[in-house]
Amino acid sequence: MAKVEIEVPECPEYPIIPRLKEGMMAHSKPYIAVEKFQHELGFPGELPENWQEAALDKMQDLLGKYRSFQVYLDSCVKCGACTDKCHYFLGTADPKNMPVARQDLLRKVYRRYFTLAGKYFPKLVGAVDLTKDVLDDWYSYYHQCSQCRRCSVFCPYGIDTAEISMAAREILASVGMGQKYCNEIIGKVFKIGNNLGLPEPALKDTLEGLEEDIFDETNVAVRLPLDEKGADILLITPSADFFAEPHVDGLMGYAKVFHESGVSWTISSYASEGANFGMFIGSYENMRRVAMRIRKAAEDLGVKRIMFGECGHAWRVGYSFLNTLAGPFDFLDPNYPVPQHICEFTYDLIQKDKLVFDKSENDEHVVTFHDSCNVARATRMGPKPGGQFTIPRAILKTVCNNYVDMDADTIHDATFCCGGGGGLLTDDLMEIRVKGAMPRMTALKKIVDEDKVTTLVAICAICKSQFIKTLPYYGMQMYMMHSLHQLVSSALVMQRLTEPADDSESESSDD
Amino acid sequence: MFFTLIFTVLFYAAIIIFVGGLAFKIRQYWQTPAPLKIPTTPAPVTQSGVIYRMLKEVTIFESLFRSNKWIWLFGWCFHMGLFLVFARHLRYVVDWSWVALIQPFGIYAGFLMIFGLSGLLARRFLVERIRYISSPSDYLMLILLIAIAGSGLLMKFAFHTSVIDVIDFVHGLLSFGFHILPPDFLLYMHLLMVVGLMIIFPFSKLLHAPGVFFSPTRNQIDNPREKYHVAPWAAKLGSDKE
Repeated sequence: MAKVEIEVPECPEYPIIPRLKEGMMAHSKPYIAVEKFQHELGFPGELPENWQEAALDKMQDLLGKYRSFQVYLDSCVKCGACTDKCHYFLGTADPKNMPVARQDLLRKVYRRYFTLAGKYFPKLVGAVDLTKDVLDDWYSYYHQCSQCRRCSVFCPYGIDTAEISMAAREILASVGMGQKYCNEIIGKVFKIGNNLGLPEPALKDTLEGLEEDIFDETNVAVRLPLDEKGADILLITPSADFFAEPHVDGLMGYAKVFHESGVSWTISSYASEGANFGMFIGSYENMRRVAMRIRKAAEDLGVKRIMFGECGHAWRVGYSFLNTLAGPFDFLDPNYPVPQHICEFTYDLIQKDKLVFDKSENDEHVVTFHDSCNVARATRMGPKPGGQFTIPRAILKTVCNNYVDMDADTIHDATFCCGGGGGLLTDDLMEIRVKGAMPRMTALKKIVDEDKVTTLVAICAICKSQFIKTLPYYGMQMYMMHSLHQLVSSALVMQRLTEPADDSESESSDD
Repeated sequence: MFFTLIFTVLFYAAIIIFVGGLAFKIRQYWQTPAPLKIPTTPAPVTQSGVIYRMLKEVTIFESLFRSNKWIWLFGWCFHMGLFLVFARHLRYVVDWSWVALIQPFGIYAGFLMIFGLSGLLARRFLVERIRYISSPSDYLMLILLIAIAGSGLLMKFAFHTSVIDVIDFVHGLLSFGFHILPPDFLLYMHLLMVVGLMIIFPFSKLLHAPGVFFSPTRNQIDNPREKYHVAPWAAKLGSDKE
């Protein structure tokens, strides 16, 4: 794999807060979406003549629509509690990557045009005019935020920079400055059904290939059904699960767990994407359009339950927003939450003793778990708060003998983002991605050295893809990266070898 | 008499601006919908859990404690000091027994306030990151509060003001009958700064006081799967179920 030349920050032996280096990352910006991608999402193709007016109108519109935006722009007291909490600041030392400073880029404009103090005493309260330079600064630094919400955990008012950065991106898109990576992908979902633009025949082929792989390995006819009407469960998973490593090993793991459970399930070619990039660009409208595909797929296929695969942002939109965006789901089985996470499903089967494992299959691994930011700080699993931390770990400890956690202030809700979340997982942002990974890599390296950890597990497609790229920059092997259900899969002992119902089903759909 | 008149007018104006401005902002926060469920998790799954979470935030500054022990120490001392000093000042308005009871604590709370505020101000000058994010108003706000607390303490410990006369003045304000404000430069300064603080409150970052209660990341119940949640403007989008 070709490595881009990037000055990789050193991993400190103990956490240190860097001295400020102004303008360090001012050059970092993603490609702008071309006209075609902008139009597909209902945004103008280029900066309009009256862009300033349009941007301020959009800001006014958002202030009336989002309580978070209004309250958070007003409430910050500049106490500084968040200043050392962002992984991008720790990795780059650029002061505009401190959460409060990132918010201030927009807050200064808010103060200038929407508050009395800023209208009459701009210098006193640090208010500035909305110039093209300011707009460019927004474009640069609001694409150096992965919307991971770590700052919001530590803010005394819960100010969430993600909310500000989503609003900023929506304003930018509405004046023709959308981000290519996100907007192009959302366009593909509208047209084809997934981020990769993988059409139905290719998807069918892929899934059949995976069925063969599992059969070769286990001698069991495990199915990965596509568009199967009347299945119990509709699985929504990130499209990276269909081809990327180690994502695809996770997908095979889900299939084996489904097989063992005896529950029928299906993937939908119409809604073959878990990750909803509408969230990244802050566009409720686009996020809703993507989410509605899941509802339509569930209705068309007549399923009883909706389940999400391993994907952090998908799980946030699934757990926290799906009901709002595309609900209520009163046509589904009311005995199950909508949606469920694959980890909740597997954990439940483990609790009921329905799965048999041979832990020793994973003895080559010393495992640690990376809490993906959006799972950790924006969702839950199971009935109890914190289930999003305990359930994946409980599964790992069921299927592996050797488990070690990273330092306590870098896991659970204090976890560091992988560095590639929130729409930054694109090659044109490689530098910020590598630098932003530093805090997570530091914590990982420590237990690699001290506890001989060999295996990093995550339940997010972005985390997996990002770590595969960044691990080598920090002197670690990309092969460390594993899907959670990949380890489940290795240890799972297949019990339902010859299930007549399954066999007939697989035959009938094979022709 | 001249100063009495000035302060009478100022106080009425300040109260109107403070109450009116704050009511406007609170109404704005109240009426602006929160279209999505965004509590910072792990979050409480019940209403009583949310009340407990919020209570911890506003009394012991739980998140700030996790975040930074120095800011917490100075910030908490200032706010608790302010709270006690405020309670002590109720004696100018009402005649309740618990107000009499806390008088001694209220006095020392003034020192606690100044300790906390000075710490916060020092950090603003000394810590590079906080210096970077500070505007002139951020320094001035702290200096104003220190000056208010300092002038108050000076009147208590160095240059006494007739408390009885001030009580009469306040009662006069409340009953629209006028009583002469004792001629005292320190007192004038103290009151002038308090009036100033009241006036800037609804237009400044002091809005964090009502703001924290409206923060969706802290005040929402974690129940998006169980309870259908939709904002009125978002529900209109839903008319086409595609």
